[in-house]
Amino acid sequence: MRLRFYVAKRVGLGVVTLLGVIAAVFVMTHILPGDPAAVMAGGHASAPILAAMRKEMGLDQPLPVQLWTYFVNVLHGDLGTSTSTGHPVLQDLLQRLPATAELSLYSLLLSLLISIPIGVAAAVNRGRWIDRAAQQVAILGASTPLFWLGVVLIFVFYVKLGIAPSPVGRLSTGVQPPRTITGFYTIDSLLTLDWTALASAAGHLVLPVVALSFVITAPLIKLSRDAMSTVLDSDFIQADYSFGLSARQIIWQDGLKNTMISLLTVVGIVLGYLMAGNVIVETIYSWPGIGLYAWDGINSSDYMAIQGFVLLVAMIYVILNLIVDLLYMVIDPRVRLA
Amino acid sequence: MSLTSMPPEMAIEQPARAGLPFRRIGTAVGRLTRRSPGFLVGLVLILCIVFLALFGRFFTGDPLLLNPDVILQAPSLGHPMGTDAFGRDVFARVVAASQLDLMIAFFAASIAFAGGAIVGAVTGFSRGWVDDLVMRLVDILQAFPAFILAVGLTAMLGNTVRNVVIAVAVAYSPYFIRLVRSQMITAREAEYARAARCIGNRPWRIMTHHLLPNCLGPAVVQGTLCLGWAILDAAGLSFLGLGIRPPTAEWGVQVAEGTQYINSGQWWISVFPGLMIVIAVFGFNLIGDRLRRAVE
Amino acid sequence: MKAQSYAAAGKPMSGGDGGRSAAQGPLLRIEDLTIGYFGQDRDEPVRIIRNVDLTIDHNMIVGLVGESGSGKTQTARAILKLNTRPLQPLEGHIFMDGVDLLALTGEKLRAIRGDKVAMIFQDPRASLNPLMRIGDQLARIYALHQGISRAAAQAEAIEMLRRCGIAGPERVARSYPHQLSGGMCQRVMISLSLGMQPDLLIADEPTTGLDVTIQAQILELIQTAQRETGSSLLLITHDLGVVAEVCQRVAVMYAGRIVEFAPVDELFTHPRHPYAIHLLQASLALEAPEKAAETPASGYPAEASPSLELSVGQETYQASLESARDPDATAFMVEVSPGHLVLGTPVTVDQAVPSGFLSGQAGAKV
Repeated sequence: MRLRFYVAKRVGLGVVTLLGVIAAVFVMTHILPGDPAAVMAGGHASAPILAAMRKEMGLDQPLPVQLWTYFVNVLHGDLGTSTSTGHPVLQDLLQRLPATAELSLYSLLLSLLISIPIGVAAAVNRGRWIDRAAQQVAILGASTPLFWLGVVLIFVFYVKLGIAPSPVGRLSTGVQPPRTITGFYTIDSLLTLDWTALASAAGHLVLPVVALSFVITAPLIKLSRDAMSTVLDSDFIQADYSFGLSARQIIWQDGLKNTMISLLTVVGIVLGYLMAGNVIVETIYSWPGIGLYAWDGINSSDYMAIQGFVLLVAMIYVILNLIVDLLYMVIDPRVRLA
Repeated sequence: MSLTSMPPEMAIEQPARAGLPFRRIGTAVGRLTRRSPGFLVGLVLILCIVFLALFGRFFTGDPLLLNPDVILQAPSLGHPMGTDAFGRDVFARVVAASQLDLMIAFFAASIAFAGGAIVGAVTGFSRGWVDDLVMRLVDILQAFPAFILAVGLTAMLGNTVRNVVIAVAVAYSPYFIRLVRSQMITAREAEYARAARCIGNRPWRIMTHHLLPNCLGPAVVQGTLCLGWAILDAAGLSFLGLGIRPPTAEWGVQVAEGTQYINSGQWWISVFPGLMIVIAVFGFNLIGDRLRRAVE
Repeated sequence: MKAQSYAAAGKPMSGGDGGRSAAQGPLLRIEDLTIGYFGQDRDEPVRIIRNVDLTIDHNMIVGLVGESGSGKTQTARAILKLNTRPLQPLEGHIFMDGVDLLALTGEKLRAIRGDKVAMIFQDPRASLNPLMRIGDQLARIYALHQGISRAAAQAEAIEMLRRCGIAGPERVARSYPHQLSGGMCQRVMISLSLGMQPDLLIADEPTTGLDVTIQAQILELIQTAQRETGSSLLLITHDLGVVAEVCQRVAVMYAGRIVEFAPVDELFTHPRHPYAIHLLQASLALEAPEKAAETPASGYPAEASPSLELSVGQETYQASLESARDPDATAFMVEVSPGHLVLGTPVTVDQAVPSGFLSGQAGAKV
């Protein structure tokens, strides 16, 4: 009974945050110093064009009206038109979203696969060398700029060792993309039994996925270590020991299960790093996702595109966090059966 | 009173604490330098970079000097980090960039710290609708991934150093606001009743003189870490073409410049500046990490 | 707890223990136990609990009293070698069945936990796995200790819950800890311990934090459990009324040391250490002010003085708060009357100071 209340409350909060995000993006473009019309028209527009732009953007309207118009537009899916592609921004973004999603998903999986075992091992062996080594690795990883790492990986594995494919795009030249089902080249080529596409897509995914996963592996090692440590320090674990349960049972059954659930709450934060990292990785590897779109927009002063990108990313971030929180509510019996 | 003669009941139970005054941070730093190798390493790294930033100019060439005769030369004695496509000495540019990056990081972190601390202290002290309003705004700020927020702000504000500093500062201020606010709330509960009883009602004075110093400890630690993150973000922004543009020497700009030459094997243009970032951020992270453990 | 006549307190030994007798020697003997931690200085540890001696016979209820932070819980946890980080046993022995528990590691240590010694914790809800159903938690322990199948253990769990006074045990077995009240959680803990059939049960402030109305019930339950299983009970509490009602012997702890250890009626009528006196006076004043007015002069001095003299035969000792706190003081347990020990420092300098203090002082009978 209470669960429904919590769910409703959380969803409500999510909706309010979404509206706040839309308003914030509006503020970013319309209220900050600088002439929005000049910004949107892209730099060297002449006076009559600027005037027309102002009219079109409704800048002659009072601010609250502008804000309302913006809200309405966004909620109808109108994020403006890109000055470089000529298409509606939302359409551009949605078209490129699967590429970004594929990259992000594999990076997340790889990162979880590496960081959680290391973090857990560090927590179980607190104070010993494996713990200290893991922490140093995590700190070092957190100090490495993603853009530099991406470039270095290309240099080592493509230029010097020659084992990685040319770091341009999702497929090698000449390879046709598989039939679109999900937009994920790996899944689609698997489903359509298109082995050439699968091999090519997988090969091209390796370097960018390794680079991107690196960004979140470091914080995840720390987070999983902290989460596991907290659980291992808790009273019921001590009680478990007093009951004569074996260390193996305590750590791997009770400890791990409780840790996984508490880790869920911090996955949301990590997703933010992932989304930010996409922009950089996609520009380095010419990956046709929304990050590359944003970069193109930056280069061509396509402010509609930039604005649309920021808005979409923020909204996805809010929604993902909402899903994670709701998932947690359902899994943790303390919330489910309050 | 030495530890061994402290009454055991005091030794077993940790006293409740609201924060750490500056004096204690000083002793913590002193003790850390002696006992923690990690802290020492971090300190040394940072001091090296600061030294480079302040005095490096005296033993390198001009970072902007174009010299078509020596383009794309591998590292050598004359050019320890090689030269780039315009014949500029990479090392000279790295040194010049260190000045710029450290400065940006320092100002961005300081503004985030100061602004965040003030807002956090005031809102934590006042509670009520002021607190609610501010925290809703903070929530909205944190609804954006920090780097994406910086990207948006810099893109809209324009490509200047000042705007990069502002964008990064705004992106990080929520951390400080929350940190100082929560410390203030705890301290306020503890001190308020006592203060109200003894001194009489001078809330502003209570806040600034008694409570605030205690709340800043964790914020200072966060600030150290923030210095490192600011470098990463500022460099990341310039790598994308936002904020600082070539020919200004900035580590991110340098990595971006060198990207196109990676394929032909000229690695030094990108690798060295990136390495400097790693060293600087690693140093700040080490210090911040040890400080945090000492304060806890 | 209502005021009791302290002279009447002190229950006789309960029977029904399946043949164990005092002639076997004590069940548990803590000898010269010191607990501490290594702080910044890796060489010299900080000693929190020092030179603790405690003996628990078979089928006996021993109380351990003292203020918060006096070291009661950590002393008890040392028996299970489960001190809270970073504390650890530094010196001393804990003998049970001829084996030094502190020397055990690995499988041997695990074997005694639960089987020989079990603990009931202060916060019962926090001591249960929040993400596991009660029935599953119980069944897991029972299956381990009784060597039965999980299914049999599940049935056993429900039966134990019923015996511990829980109505609707099936529903409780399906519940999670956060759905139960504090009192219910404590009953669950007790049934857990019962199922393990330990020789020694340690109850760490089992009723603190529970409703006053429930406290009596839980205490009753623990006593019943002890009686029926024939195990001994080490009851840690700061409530002297509970001690008076339940315990046979009581140890008073102060500043990490045992300052007095006596049969319970002996302690209440003739306390000898200043701290114990102070404790009793304070407690009486709180609970039974009218009693405080009519204290016999021999038992309670008008004011608690920080230092008292003890005469044992020809020798004089000084018992004081200071000597308990001071790690450099040569204080040891002195037998002032049979079975009644007090912490004192020898007054005359040329007294030989024995190293372990139960050795040769007054025989093994405590």
